[in-house]
Amino acid sequence: MTILANILVVFFIAAGLLFTVVAAIGIIRLPDLYSRSHAASKSSTLGVMCILLGVFFHFWLNEGHFNPAILLGVLFLFITGPVGAHIMGRSSYIAGVKPWSGTIRDDLKNELERMKKEQNIK
Amino acid sequence: MSFQILLNIFLAFLLMFLTSNYSPSGFVIGYLLGLLALLALRKFFNSRLYVGRVWAIIKLIILFIKELVLANISVLVLVIKPKLQMQPAFFKYDTKLTSDWEITLLSALITLTPGTVVVHVSDDSKSLYIHVIDSNDIDETIDSIKNSFEKAILEVSRS
Repeated sequence: MTILANILVVFFIAAGLLFTVVAAIGIIRLPDLYSRSHAASKSSTLGVMCILLGVFFHFWLNEGHFNPAILLGVLFLFITGPVGAHIMGRSSYIAGVKPWSGTIRDDLKNELERMKKEQNIK
Repeated sequence: MSFQILLNIFLAFLLMFLTSNYSPSGFVIGYLLGLLALLALRKFFNSRLYVGRVWAIIKLIILFIKELVLANISVLVLVIKPKLQMQPAFFKYDTKLTSDWEITLLSALITLTPGTVVVHVSDDSKSLYIHVIDSNDIDETIDSIKNSFEKAILEVSRS
């Protein structure tokens, strides 16, 4: 039983560590803000969630202490991760951060020009 | 939906008082019997029985977790490839969802799927602008969003 619990804990923490490292490498390697937000929003959300789950299982199965606050933390990360990526991407597009030169199609440009015309902003 | 759940809890308490069994197991038995009563009386409600909707929510959560894991594996493959081969693009996606919470849920789902992040929601909230990291199959991405996520959300919100 202890071995099974330890396997679960080690699996979750190792997976979380792997995804967090991938998020960091992605932020360094990818060319522009929008593709970096892919790595930052997905990998770091799942990475931190996995680490929290591993900690939760360790305290529950090995120490006999059930801590629901960790599960609430997982839930809040799940909700706020994608919203944060969305808001950062949107505000930087509106502020004029240029996408990478390899971007092949841009529907958002026309929409932004239309919005600016409507609100009389140059 | 909430009215049906409230009614079910009320019926459970009614049975607890009738049998004077004030334990959690008494509540569970009363709840199940109340569920049977609601099932028998389902044609008098003007929405469908809430159990179907609860099941749809559970399916949506499972879909969410599955997509999150797949998205991370695809980001992992993209990041550790020796040569960056990607064609990012912004594309427009027209949604048929109407209420605000449905659109919020859809954009959260899209952000956590492989290769897509929602950048902007139009003012009339009829279309989402999505940044896709590898765009040689935009149509396929649109189809997969339409067939899996929109369908799952509509399944929850359908009255």
